[in-house]
Amino acid sequence: MSDKFDVIIVGAGPAGSAAALTLARAGLSVVVFERGAFPGAKNMFGGVLYTPILNKLIPKFWEEAPIERHIVKRRFSLLSSKSEAAFEFRCEDYNEKPPFNQSFSALRARFDPWFSKKAEEAGAMVIPETVVDDLIVKNGRVCGVKARREGGEVLADVVIAADGVNSFLAKKAGLRKDFSRAVLAVAAKEVISLPREVIEDRFSLEGQEGMAMEFFGDSVAGMVGGGFIYTNQETLSVGIACSIKSFIDKKVAPNDLLDRFKAHPSIKRLIKKGETLEYSGHMIPEGGFERVPQVYTDGLLLVGDAAHLVNASFYHEGTNLAMASGLYAAEAIIEAKEKDDFSAQTLKRYQKKLNNSFVMKDLKKYRAVEKWSHENLKFFEEYPGIALEMLKDYFSISEVPKETIQKEAYRKVRTHISPIQAFLELNKFRKTFF
Amino acid sequence: MRLEDKLFLDKYRVDSESHLKIKNPEACLKCKEKQCTLVCPVGVYKWDSDEKKIIVGWENCIEMGACMVACNEFDNIDMIYPRGGYGISYKYG
Repeated sequence: MSDKFDVIIVGAGPAGSAAALTLARAGLSVVVFERGAFPGAKNMFGGVLYTPILNKLIPKFWEEAPIERHIVKRRFSLLSSKSEAAFEFRCEDYNEKPPFNQSFSALRARFDPWFSKKAEEAGAMVIPETVVDDLIVKNGRVCGVKARREGGEVLADVVIAADGVNSFLAKKAGLRKDFSRAVLAVAAKEVISLPREVIEDRFSLEGQEGMAMEFFGDSVAGMVGGGFIYTNQETLSVGIACSIKSFIDKKVAPNDLLDRFKAHPSIKRLIKKGETLEYSGHMIPEGGFERVPQVYTDGLLLVGDAAHLVNASFYHEGTNLAMASGLYAAEAIIEAKEKDDFSAQTLKRYQKKLNNSFVMKDLKKYRAVEKWSHENLKFFEEYPGIALEMLKDYFSISEVPKETIQKEAYRKVRTHISPIQAFLELNKFRKTFF
Repeated sequence: MRLEDKLFLDKYRVDSESHLKIKNPEACLKCKEKQCTLVCPVGVYKWDSDEKKIIVGWENCIEMGACMVACNEFDNIDMIYPRGGYGISYKYG
């Protein structure tokens, strides 16, 4: 290995590979250290990859990328123990031609190796099975990393920490913000095998069409978070994600919550006769705008989950933000290389690019989501049940005149919440999420 | 399906040494809630009420780090990543 690279990237996930690809194309010498047996070996996500940035980096990626289905249908539903109310949206415009609606279900142990390979083909050196434990800092400047291998001290002008949500490197550089239980979620997921025809019949899909489903309320026992099902070609990604705080408050373990979700009548019929192929889990940085740290310092940039870049609103966008941050970090480094100045002052360009892009604009728009979630527990614990009970009463058929039924249904709702309170709380919900 | 059976499906390359450490076992005696036993999706941490200590089943660890966040009151869990290529290796992810 050469003594010094232009750039060292730690982590071959979407953020690291997007940066590596961009830098290698610009002719910089890049080495990527990945601790897994291969890129993607340690990675999992719920299941939908948003691709505007990928499409920019690799036009017509869909012709070769290992993606599963293009999402034509989104469904949000509210569960109580026995009822379900859902909102579903399907659009034929999302079904016309690639890249469709820039949303594809995917499996990370398949997608990430492909994306990393693209960076490698562009000239980046990708070294798997290598943990990076520390940064080399000289005169207050990051100038390399200490990899856990023989001759593991490697130098570079800039280091990109793409080392995921735990980012030990961001912590060592003193860039990490509060890492509390409310701002981090734990996800647990099963990949469940079903024949392609069964998936298509059951979810009313054709060919490569896919669907994204999210479930709130009793799906996760009233905890802050939700359950999900994403359709892959011959598997379903079935899981739950809730804040660490709510697992602790409710004294429920993630796997038990996942089993409970799978046993709900509305879910059970969708995964019937499926065979579990893999069980996985991951932590998600859901603190949003307020928790994004300063993403640069002398000789170091943070990207992706390491920079806490996840949009945890109804969009659930992470990998796209990761790729965007990798791209902007690379662009800032290319400019710094031209000036041969890798100080914080120059690398600050990355923060500016991030701030001016959809990444920070979106996070800013949804900045109140995390706080709202933990201050409005009724929306998770109590209101789904009340709303579904009202719907049940409304649609129940009997000899009682409809007017009496409806009055009684509204009277029951009012015992839980006054109309003014409902108006105010729904308005706050609207302001937070829309 | 039991958790043990789910974990049996996953592919691990298990190292000979633990990458997880309880820094001070005495601190666990003071900890009432034992949050580490709750938040881990693979149940790495178990309270042994006879031995009065946390048993760390690090072989099943999926390296997500939630245990460290759960234990932020006592900050008593030390986690490093397993050696390169060791630990969990997803096939689907």
